Amino acid sequence: MPESARAIESTASRVERWTFYGVFGVLGAIAVVLLIAPTVVVIITSFTNGFSLKFPPQGYSLRWYAALWNESPEILNAALLSMQVAALATAISVLLGVAAAMALARRRDAWARVLDSIFMSPLMLPTLALGLALLVLFNLTGQGLSMTTLVIGHIAITTPYILRTTSASLVQMDAAMIESARSLGASAWFTFRTVTLPLIVPGVAAGAFIAFMASFDNVAISLFLSDARSEMLPIRLWHIIEANLDVRAAAVSGVLVAATIVLGVVMERLAGISRHMR
Amino acid sequence: MSAGTGSIRRDWQLTLPLGLFFLVFVFVPLALLGVVSLYTTSDLKGMGLTQYVKFLGDGFNLGVLGLTLWLALKTTVVAILIGYPLAYLYTLAPRTLQRVLILVIVLPLLTSAVVRTFAWVVILGRQGIINEVLLGIGLIAAPLKLLYTPGAVVVALAQIEMPLMVLPIITALANIDPNLRQASEALGAGKWRTFFEVTLPLSMPGLLAGSLLVFAAAASAFVTQTLVGGGQQMFMPFYIYQQAIQANNYPFAATIAMILLVSVLVVVTLMNLIGRRSKGFVHA
Repeated sequence: MPESARAIESTASRVERWTFYGVFGVLGAIAVVLLIAPTVVVIITSFTNGFSLKFPPQGYSLRWYAALWNESPEILNAALLSMQVAALATAISVLLGVAAAMALARRRDAWARVLDSIFMSPLMLPTLALGLALLVLFNLTGQGLSMTTLVIGHIAITTPYILRTTSASLVQMDAAMIESARSLGASAWFTFRTVTLPLIVPGVAAGAFIAFMASFDNVAISLFLSDARSEMLPIRLWHIIEANLDVRAAAVSGVLVAATIVLGVVMERLAGISRHMR
Repeated sequence: MSAGTGSIRRDWQLTLPLGLFFLVFVFVPLALLGVVSLYTTSDLKGMGLTQYVKFLGDGFNLGVLGLTLWLALKTTVVAILIGYPLAYLYTLAPRTLQRVLILVIVLPLLTSAVVRTFAWVVILGRQGIINEVLLGIGLIAAPLKLLYTPGAVVVALAQIEMPLMVLPIITALANIDPNLRQASEALGAGKWRTFFEVTLPLSMPGLLAGSLLVFAAAASAFVTQTLVGGGQQMFMPFYIYQQAIQANNYPFAATIAMILLVSVLVVVTLMNLIGRRSKGFVHA
């Protein structure tokens, strides 16, 4: 009797084990396929030799990459402008974000927590509203739209990433190191340069990389703040996809995906971005 | 010692540059947006709540708001359903597999959202892979209309925002003492009961953090909403853009933006409150 009861119990627990890992395994596998498949589809499509986005393509060629390189100055210019704006916005937000993180990271006071959540809020709020709000501000002050207004808008959305990764690095740092440097007579600036900065550089770099990619990809802010002459790459792409589904959009995507993978893997090796994104 | 406390007392000044930036380029503009939303006419004359009355008194406008919040909610649920198991399996995986998996999770997040949206346009199109496969095995006679449907937007958005869900859950799961799970199973609770009564409650902070991010991102995902949703479905972000840029009606655009801002803020605050409660429950 107890023997068979144990047998039934173990069968039940085996069935339970099986259903548990079965359900989790299937759902997890779906998640992995979903994360990878779209990117693979885009890359394969970009090598089509046809005029449509038919998948799988009938034949393969590099014609759309050639078309992108040789006869699409407007796309290349948009890419260049996006890179400039992203680089400027990232550089300025590194200065602003690292400074603020130095003051906020180790503080438990209520005002510091509040200030920290305010600085992080652009990650949560609909940035389209912020884009419109900035447009209203620049209109009312008579400030025409320019590269400067674009960069200002982008700084608001890139700073949170740098603040977050830098704060995390500062919290993990041993506070005693700073205190001993200071008590041995080093100035605050010298301590920052020789002790703090070398230890937080991976965090700052990871934040800067994520910030650059976020700015490069931003539509919500650029939609309102770029003037008629300066079109940003994601908006150019949006127009192409919305209007006529030009296959050059696939070639642009192919280039962007390749660049992201290469940069992402390099940054993962150098700065461990995945640790800083959690 | 005294040097340490001294420097801590003075370094608050380091928040000034960013604080000033936020004051001038986030707070003042948002306040101005609030003021503009109070103008009665599109040429900025008269003040009052006219625009809000107009928005909240019109079935079409309320429909757009409802559709946007409903979309964000459905996206969040789908992202949990497939994102949670992935995060769970990640924590069980051996180290080498974890290194590959984390790249699979993080790289899409770094890839342009326009590119990831474009991928869905290709997949769901008339000549996309789904239609080609279904036609190929003879399940359908003519290509299905998959793009520009409500379901398509949910699936595409859930996929695009999934990393935002998975990463905080991984962090929360990694912080759970594995002994708790083993103890639960040793005491006779099965896999499922252990999951629902031990693992899931303890991972609640991560689940909520992920839900907040996905909800907020889905509600304001302009590109995915317009490209996968198409012209028939109007969501709040495009409505703001249309009223401001195409119709030049800034007061009404500002009103829509304020209402979207407040709605997202309310949902985020509610989720935060629930999160704090669940934390208290776990520690008690």
